[in-house]
Amino acid sequence: MMRLPRFRYHAPRSVAEAATILAAEGDQAMLLSGGTDLLPNMKRRQQVPGTLIGLREIAELRQIDNGSGLRLGAGLTLTEIVRDARVRERYPGLFQAAVQVATPHLRSMATLGGNLCLDTRCNYYDQNYEWRKAIDFCMKKDGETCWVAPSSRRCLAVSSTDAAPALMALGASVRLVSDHDGERVVPLDELYHNDGIHYLARRHDEILTEVLLEPAAGWRSTYWKLRRRGAFDFPVLSVAAALRLGDTGAVEQARIVLGAVASSPLPAGKAAESLVGRELTDAVIERAAELASKRAKPMDNTDFTLHWRKRVTRDFVGYALRELRGDDMRARRVQIARHSLDAAV
Amino acid sequence: MSDTTRKPPATDRFGVIGVPRRRVDGRAKVTGQTRFADDLALPRMLHARLLRSPVPHARIRRIRTARARKHPGVQLVLTGKDLPNEFGILPVSQDEEPLCSEHVRYVGDPVAAVIARDELTAFEALDLIDVDYEPLRTYATPEDSLGHPEPRIHDYGEEGNIHKRAAFDFGDVDAALAEADEVLEDLFFYEGNTHLPMEQHAALAAVDADGKLTLWSSTQTPHYVHRALARVLELPAAHIRVIACPNGGGFGGKSDIFNHEMVVAKAALLLDRPVKICLTREEVFYAHRGRHPVLMRMKTGFKRDGSITGMQLETLVDGGGYGSYGVASLLYTGALQTVTYHVPRYRFRGCRVFTNKPPCGPKRGHGTPQPRFGQEIQLDKAAERLRLDPAELRLRIVEQPDTLTANWLRIGTIGLAECIRRVVEVSDWNDRFRKLPEGRGVGLACGSYLCGAGLPIYWNKLPQSGVQLRLDRSGEVTVFCGATEIGQGSDDVLVGIVAEVLGIDPFDVRCVTGDTGLTPVDLGSYSSRVTLMMGNAAIQAAERARELIASAVAEQLELPVSRIGFGGRRVFDVENAERGMDWREAVGLAEERHGTLGTVGSYTAPRPAARFKGGGVGPSPAYSYTAAVVEVEVDTSTGWISVPRVWIAHDIGRALNPTLVRGQVEGSVYMGLGEALMEEQAYRRLPPKLSGALVHKFPSMLEYKSLTTHDMPEVVTELIEDPEPNGPFGAKEVGQGPLLPIMPAVANAVYDAVGVRIDEVPITPDKVLKALDDKAKGGPGRYGPARFPEVEWPEAMQVPPPWEDGDGKAVNDPERKRAAKLAKVL
Repeated sequence: MMRLPRFRYHAPRSVAEAATILAAEGDQAMLLSGGTDLLPNMKRRQQVPGTLIGLREIAELRQIDNGSGLRLGAGLTLTEIVRDARVRERYPGLFQAAVQVATPHLRSMATLGGNLCLDTRCNYYDQNYEWRKAIDFCMKKDGETCWVAPSSRRCLAVSSTDAAPALMALGASVRLVSDHDGERVVPLDELYHNDGIHYLARRHDEILTEVLLEPAAGWRSTYWKLRRRGAFDFPVLSVAAALRLGDTGAVEQARIVLGAVASSPLPAGKAAESLVGRELTDAVIERAAELASKRAKPMDNTDFTLHWRKRVTRDFVGYALRELRGDDMRARRVQIARHSLDAAV
Repeated sequence: MSDTTRKPPATDRFGVIGVPRRRVDGRAKVTGQTRFADDLALPRMLHARLLRSPVPHARIRRIRTARARKHPGVQLVLTGKDLPNEFGILPVSQDEEPLCSEHVRYVGDPVAAVIARDELTAFEALDLIDVDYEPLRTYATPEDSLGHPEPRIHDYGEEGNIHKRAAFDFGDVDAALAEADEVLEDLFFYEGNTHLPMEQHAALAAVDADGKLTLWSSTQTPHYVHRALARVLELPAAHIRVIACPNGGGFGGKSDIFNHEMVVAKAALLLDRPVKICLTREEVFYAHRGRHPVLMRMKTGFKRDGSITGMQLETLVDGGGYGSYGVASLLYTGALQTVTYHVPRYRFRGCRVFTNKPPCGPKRGHGTPQPRFGQEIQLDKAAERLRLDPAELRLRIVEQPDTLTANWLRIGTIGLAECIRRVVEVSDWNDRFRKLPEGRGVGLACGSYLCGAGLPIYWNKLPQSGVQLRLDRSGEVTVFCGATEIGQGSDDVLVGIVAEVLGIDPFDVRCVTGDTGLTPVDLGSYSSRVTLMMGNAAIQAAERARELIASAVAEQLELPVSRIGFGGRRVFDVENAERGMDWREAVGLAEERHGTLGTVGSYTAPRPAARFKGGGVGPSPAYSYTAAVVEVEVDTSTGWISVPRVWIAHDIGRALNPTLVRGQVEGSVYMGLGEALMEEQAYRRLPPKLSGALVHKFPSMLEYKSLTTHDMPEVVTELIEDPEPNGPFGAKEVGQGPLLPIMPAVANAVYDAVGVRIDEVPITPDKVLKALDDKAKGGPGRYGPARFPEVEWPEAMQVPPPWEDGDGKAVNDPERKRAAKLAKVL
């Protein structure tokens, strides 16, 4: 089997201690929070950090507090997230996203913070060392060219986190802590760059410690994920949507975010705006779906063909908005997800 | 083989056979006690890793290993010159080297091996080996290989990059098609896919205390590995012992002989230390030997009543970089078209080419799922054209039992009609077909498979399976057989049969299998041969043991031998069951009377009826049959496909252990749905102007998609039992046959659901959507291959069918003619 490269391991017990170690170790160090993605990547030599700073011993990263809405520690496992009644009742979009990550075993190891910082993915990059050598490597690691589009000057690896689009649609923020500058809170959509290599605005010395959710009162949310199979697979398209309906049934506020069709989650602002002030009629939904699907720019570096992924974006936005309207989408959900999400907890 | 083993016993009252039981190796498997090859560890063991070619096609100019050899912890570096002898599973394709010495043929072809104290050290040292490659033209597709004879991927084969062609005419097919009321001509494509066993291949070699070599390996064919090791290492076979560990799934992917087995054996001999290798998942995709991608052109003539007048099939087979089983695979793409429905005249043309990809070989169904896919879809199209129900059409044309087919295959029992009737009934076919709302549909398809290849891989007249029994005064029975447990349940079949014949419990039988040092030869777990061949040998050995015991007990009880019965761990007077003794006492009596007890049994398949060259592929002692109905839901906006239910009926002859039989049927449905819907051994050619790379698109279990439990539908399994005279207790195979109908049944169901034809696998939502778009624009609503490239076919072998005064021989012999012509010129 493939073996991990050698590395030094630290197991700090507090965020402050972790931040101090991270600052001292510099660029060759990486944070380990679950490791379900990082460790296989290390076996394939996609990342070869000399030092790993494990966050699992830090109790403060595993807390759930009420806050103004809800505060979720970045070290919570995805299983802990999906089992939390507050998450399921108030933030169904986050629940649906988290419960569709990978498999039950992986969700029991993988963390919320880890999923938000998940490395971008690409069929030319998520390969072992020998394979990447056979294509003379790629821009993202050890090479020059982006083989997805050889004329591209930036890396086109795909943002593959499920949690980020869901949380962006919910208007979440994240807290970043560092040894030198203390801490800052940024809206989640400012955490990402549409660049497969520099996909995170997190500075190297910062630790993502928690996710801050606004009160959910009046909001409805949902998350639809396209993947080949009912488990394991990363998204190759996802639609997160959240909206607030007024007494008349007209939309007062809306957010739609597309996942896995660029190097960052993509807010579909125009599509969301088109809903505001209107009732969710079929025509209104169709118009928003059309607008949102224009944002999707899938490339030929994931499962399924890119033209098909682009084309069905409209359908998936439609599923999300119809569910928020109150349509019974359970049968459709089972067809797409291949199982009932509630049964997967 | 004695006559007694050919006839199924008159009584259906069995003690063990037919009773659903927990498999004999079940406890070890679920408690983690089964020792797979990679679980083995020996003192002072070293680890090997292979350096594999990063280029798809090249000459090796030079290999420098000095830096790697100096790396701390490295014990040995091997290259091609250390292992100069070639090998290959077929005698006609001895085209593989343990390590490539001059020529690499695909990304992943091994060129050097590092043996070190641990895997990480070996991996690090691989990067210290410098190989200088001179790139050659890359052949990515069969069209590339047909279009460019030079440079050649191999310097053997027919010509250029054509490995092998086959051409047979069984009667005048042109005349047959001219007589037809309807002639259907279709192009189909079947994408390659791989076995995906959970266990990666692993091997451990050690020199034992007395200086002989032992190799433990996850292999389906220890006997063939044994022969190849002797040849490659230039050692007497008698000084080599190959032990096949239980395989964590095989499906044909471990029935070849592999370079890593040669490498660890050589290293163990040179270092006098145990050496182990376990392939990474990526390397399993490179070892491959999976389903050949096959392009097909199929032309069939039908009368208005549905009867077939004749069929013509051409196959273009993408072999990858080596021969492997390819010559047999090629012939299998043409062999079994005639065994399900009556085809009075049949023409087959097949061509296998080399390409710069991992070698293809045998995967469950070996060469037959591809043409079966085409044939069953074409029948569905024919049924519509002829205004017949697809089930009714098939029932009209099912081949008769005890028949010789147009291509000289001898068929015994055929449960196909009963399989069709049963799935039609349990699936409510008549209330569903063409009656479900838009977007939902059902499809029906059938299939048939061998119960063991009639001939061994290398020519010989020796038994194809041998079984030995030893019994002693303790009452213990040990059964020995070279057959290999690959998860299919062969150990259970062996133990069950012995227990049945001797009237004892399976738990009383100890079983030793797959060990060339201890067990009599069995050719291996491939071609669905084990239950039938090993089973018959086991019956013979057990009956001989029973005779010894019966004679001793008869003497003791002063009864004629004919009155001695066996059952319930007792040996007794069949007319007065109270009179008798327990099993242990009976064995003791026999040992006292006959001396040390041991018996043997062996099996050799009946001689094929075919007597033409190439007729050795297809004959089998028996054929299993299957029919399946698949239900699908297809979303017309996205093309998204769901499979809620599958009904399947399998003609098993007799279910020896129904639990295992059902497991194999469900496993086949699982694998078949994977092939139908998502599995692809696909490759990526980088833009040739920028790169010479041709790589496996996704050699990982994450991106090579196969079904998860969430994707698996409800399966209703029906077993059809009509005992087959050639099978042990009437049993036929179940390991491969039930796979065959699944892929075409899915395609036919998609057509019933949304009216589009997907004439290739995998059937994916984007293809469905393209076909729907085509239909919306007034097109035929089809997605599939558009052309079959020009292939220069050799002169066909003319073999008249049995009903045209044939005798199984070719009336012409193109090869003899060519030789005569050449002699004249000279």
